[in-house]
Amino acid sequence: MDFTLSPEAIAYRNLVRSIIADTVTDEAIEDIHRTGTFDLPALNFALAKHGLLERAVPGMGKGDPIELWILFNELEKAGAPYDGIAVSLMIAGVINAVGTDQQKHRIIPSIVSGEAGVCMGYSEPDYGSDVASIVTRAVQDGDQWVINGAKMWTTMAHVAKWLILLTRTDTDLPKHRGLTMFILPMDTPGITVKPVHTMASEHTNATWYDDVCVGDEAVLGEVNGGWRTMTVALAFERGVMGGTNQGVPLLTHFAKWVKQVGLASDPAVKVELAKAAIDMHVSTLLTQRAAWIAASGGLPGLEGSMAKLFATEAYQREVHSFQNVAAQPGLLGFHEDGAAAEGFIDYDARHSPVTTIYGGTSEIQRNNIAERHLGLPRNR
Amino acid sequence: MSFDLGFTTDQTTITDLFNSFFSNESRPEVARAAEPLGFDADLWQKTLALGVAGMAVPEANGGGGASLSDAVIVAEAVGAALAPVPIVEHMVAARTHPITDLVEGAALGTIALTPAADGRWSFVPAGAVADIVIGVDGGDIVAVRSTAPGVAPRNHACQPLAHRSSRDGDRTVIGDASSFERVVAEWKTLTASTLVGIAQRSLDMGVQYVKERHQFGVPVGSFQAVQHGLADIPGLIDGSRILAHKAAWASQPDVAQTIEPEFNEYTDFSVVASMAFLFAGEAAVHATDRSLHFHGGYGFSEEYDIQMYYRRARGWRLIAGDPRNEYVALADKMFGDN
Repeated sequence: MDFTLSPEAIAYRNLVRSIIADTVTDEAIEDIHRTGTFDLPALNFALAKHGLLERAVPGMGKGDPIELWILFNELEKAGAPYDGIAVSLMIAGVINAVGTDQQKHRIIPSIVSGEAGVCMGYSEPDYGSDVASIVTRAVQDGDQWVINGAKMWTTMAHVAKWLILLTRTDTDLPKHRGLTMFILPMDTPGITVKPVHTMASEHTNATWYDDVCVGDEAVLGEVNGGWRTMTVALAFERGVMGGTNQGVPLLTHFAKWVKQVGLASDPAVKVELAKAAIDMHVSTLLTQRAAWIAASGGLPGLEGSMAKLFATEAYQREVHSFQNVAAQPGLLGFHEDGAAAEGFIDYDARHSPVTTIYGGTSEIQRNNIAERHLGLPRNR
Repeated sequence: MSFDLGFTTDQTTITDLFNSFFSNESRPEVARAAEPLGFDADLWQKTLALGVAGMAVPEANGGGGASLSDAVIVAEAVGAALAPVPIVEHMVAARTHPITDLVEGAALGTIALTPAADGRWSFVPAGAVADIVIGVDGGDIVAVRSTAPGVAPRNHACQPLAHRSSRDGDRTVIGDASSFERVVAEWKTLTASTLVGIAQRSLDMGVQYVKERHQFGVPVGSFQAVQHGLADIPGLIDGSRILAHKAAWASQPDVAQTIEPEFNEYTDFSVVASMAFLFAGEAAVHATDRSLHFHGGYGFSEEYDIQMYYRRARGWRLIAGDPRNEYVALADKMFGDN
């Protein structure tokens, strides 16, 4: 195996780092944690200005999956907000893969210019991991589709320009076959957005759809082919586009703090630091492998599952370990006098639980690995 | 395209060659018959016939010129088969001290992982069977040729361990003690890979068993509790394998040696080797634990092979000493010695 980054990849990484240094300021980070909207337009525009958003659209052929990995890996390590662009770029990739020419021309440029974000309407109040059972209905009425239902966890719906929406179009077909995906503007009449506040300060949303009318131009992929469109998106997402190296900023803050307070010489603390650092590095290597498989023309769905499963569980172990070491100062939040690791232990302890839930729970990843990698019998 | 996480054609050939050699010559009954010493002299001779002794020694020293990356592949095959031959120790010894006897395999070599105390190296891996032991004594690296005891204290992992003298015998100073860290890093890299082999084969055996074993009228492997206990393991194994290969890559002279925790970037050979050794050790312990457990009572019986893997997974990593010390030394390299 050769782990050498090409000079082009190093130049690309340095450019990403300099854009982050210019835009992801302490004030910006503070603002994001205060509002709970993990999206930073100044960062998005700066990436767009250098053409990096366009290059990062998966499958579009402008940049390779290695670049995509480097981009999100650098954003994660810097603690930069990437939730918004990760979804937007992924959906741009889906539109590129299954969309009409008109959709490609109308939507992709607005995303890669950094002006428009996309939010995802997949999960529903009653259907999360079992997303193929969703009940939001789209019914054809002449040349219109009329959509009614409700979605949960529509993160960024309050700022996004576009919505990708999974609906049921045929109730007679088996559950995976009666689904259709739509892409529509968020300002389409009939959409209601209400905030859902989370314990990690992150602002997500619940959304309602009351007689939302769109034409065929909003159908993304085939009618009743929504599941296939979903799978394209998932293959892009798992492993490569963030969510697999979130413990690195905490490690940096924590290592600094233990030095400041004189805990760094304690061998037990050193053991915890080294274990966390190894786990973080394995997380990135598993992600790097998924990117390499994608760059070699493969679909790293399974390897992405392994990376996501390991990385998110490792992140939670790290937080637990550092919480124990920091004890009371680790309970203190941002800006509190004497807060360990500048309040990041409190933040990451609030944030890390969601990482084994979203993007496919750990149990869904284990099902995937057990059935497709180990060849064990399907049991659902 | 930047990096390449695949094998070269030559490496695929090496993988096939050694897997097929061990599956013919070192079936589980060979490892079982070699207990408690953990060494099979006939298998060692057959292994030498493959050219393993000097395989990873530079051609200029009369060796085969294979890289540490190639040796990593051989080491994984050794672990998968639990082959009772000290290929890893000998390879490192021959690379460190490429004298004709070691390169050609006329003498069996090993390394002492910790410096001698009062003229004695403790718990030397393959020390019970090695003709030449290389290790640190005072400020020097010395190679000592003396008579191998041929017996080992009975131990958990059936390792041919022995305490060996660093003074008595034909003693040659071959270098400065400061350069021994690199030698140990090579051993950690290769041992990480044997642990990967142990973990992978244990997982494969466990998966096979739960597919075949029926309870309540269905395969045990159809239960989600069992599936999920196994599904965590492939990521641990693959992560360990990539780390071991990254360590071998980082050992090359043209790779810039960096340690940057804030960027999660490490290309320093001793750091990556240490990471690989520690992580693969944990992975092998976990994989053998799960696999043995899912074998049920049979896993606990001597008749089944998984118990041999279980014991070696623990023993092979503890030969280097308390892992907590390894974590501490690693943290000092990453975050500074405080």
